[in-house]
Amino acid sequence: MNEFWHIEPRFEAAVKGYFAQPPQAEVELEFPVPEKDFNTAGNGASETKNLLKRLGVDSDTLRRIAVAAYEAEINVAAHSKGGIMKCLIYDDLIHIRFQDEGPGIADIDQAMIPGYSTADELVREMGFGAGLGLPNIKKNSDALHILSSANNPTTVELLIFF
Amino acid sequence: MINLKDLMPLIEATNHTPALDPAEVDIKGGYVCDMLSDVMGSAKTGQAWITIMRHLNVIAVASMTGIPTVIFAKGITPDANVIDKATEESIVLLSSPFETFKLAGIVYKALSS
Repeated sequence: MNEFWHIEPRFEAAVKGYFAQPPQAEVELEFPVPEKDFNTAGNGASETKNLLKRLGVDSDTLRRIAVAAYEAEINVAAHSKGGIMKCLIYDDLIHIRFQDEGPGIADIDQAMIPGYSTADELVREMGFGAGLGLPNIKKNSDALHILSSANNPTTVELLIFF
Repeated sequence: MINLKDLMPLIEATNHTPALDPAEVDIKGGYVCDMLSDVMGSAKTGQAWITIMRHLNVIAVASMTGIPTVIFAKGITPDANVIDKATEESIVLLSSPFETFKLAGIVYKALSS
């Protein structure tokens, strides 16, 4: 499996501490992300955003969470055989993990390049497929971890601090 | 900044979301694009989004990005399910008969004056 990590330098200690011993989440949410279903994709991001809004998370952080989660849901719908979005919500951060059923990313570094896309015609007709999904997720997340390889499932997980 | 109600006559707008009051929306800027990821990556909260895309994902993108109004160019009219979703998300949907270039120019001028 190939691995990609991006951690904002100021959150490095917090991120490593979190993954070394993940605590019990205050709230857990789970959403299915079916293959090629661009109407269901976005439900997870939308419901998570609405819950965090009620919990008092500020609007800029909400926007970053919503954009990162929606892009990741679109990626699962567009590029995989479907998967699951799981949110772990704490007092000071959200951890969102996307687990799909493959077929995986052959070259993660290439997939991170803005403008690089393997999206098909259907995805492009829906207005996606500009090759900006993963770069947008990275830009809006405090930590991003991707685990994948060709013919394997992909895990994309991100942390955003409140 | 311009109030959406004041912008509407300048772009000869039709409001597809009559349940929402344009007078309650202030526009801080504009963004013009038909690629949804580019909008999510670069548009700012409070901007009017000018596009010719009219499917349901437009509403999701506007909602995630904090865009209060979507202006469809070339008189493009959204379907009822898109209008329902926009109303639910409090996103005002307008159509203008003008093409994107002219429409953007009018909005830009209105915001600059």
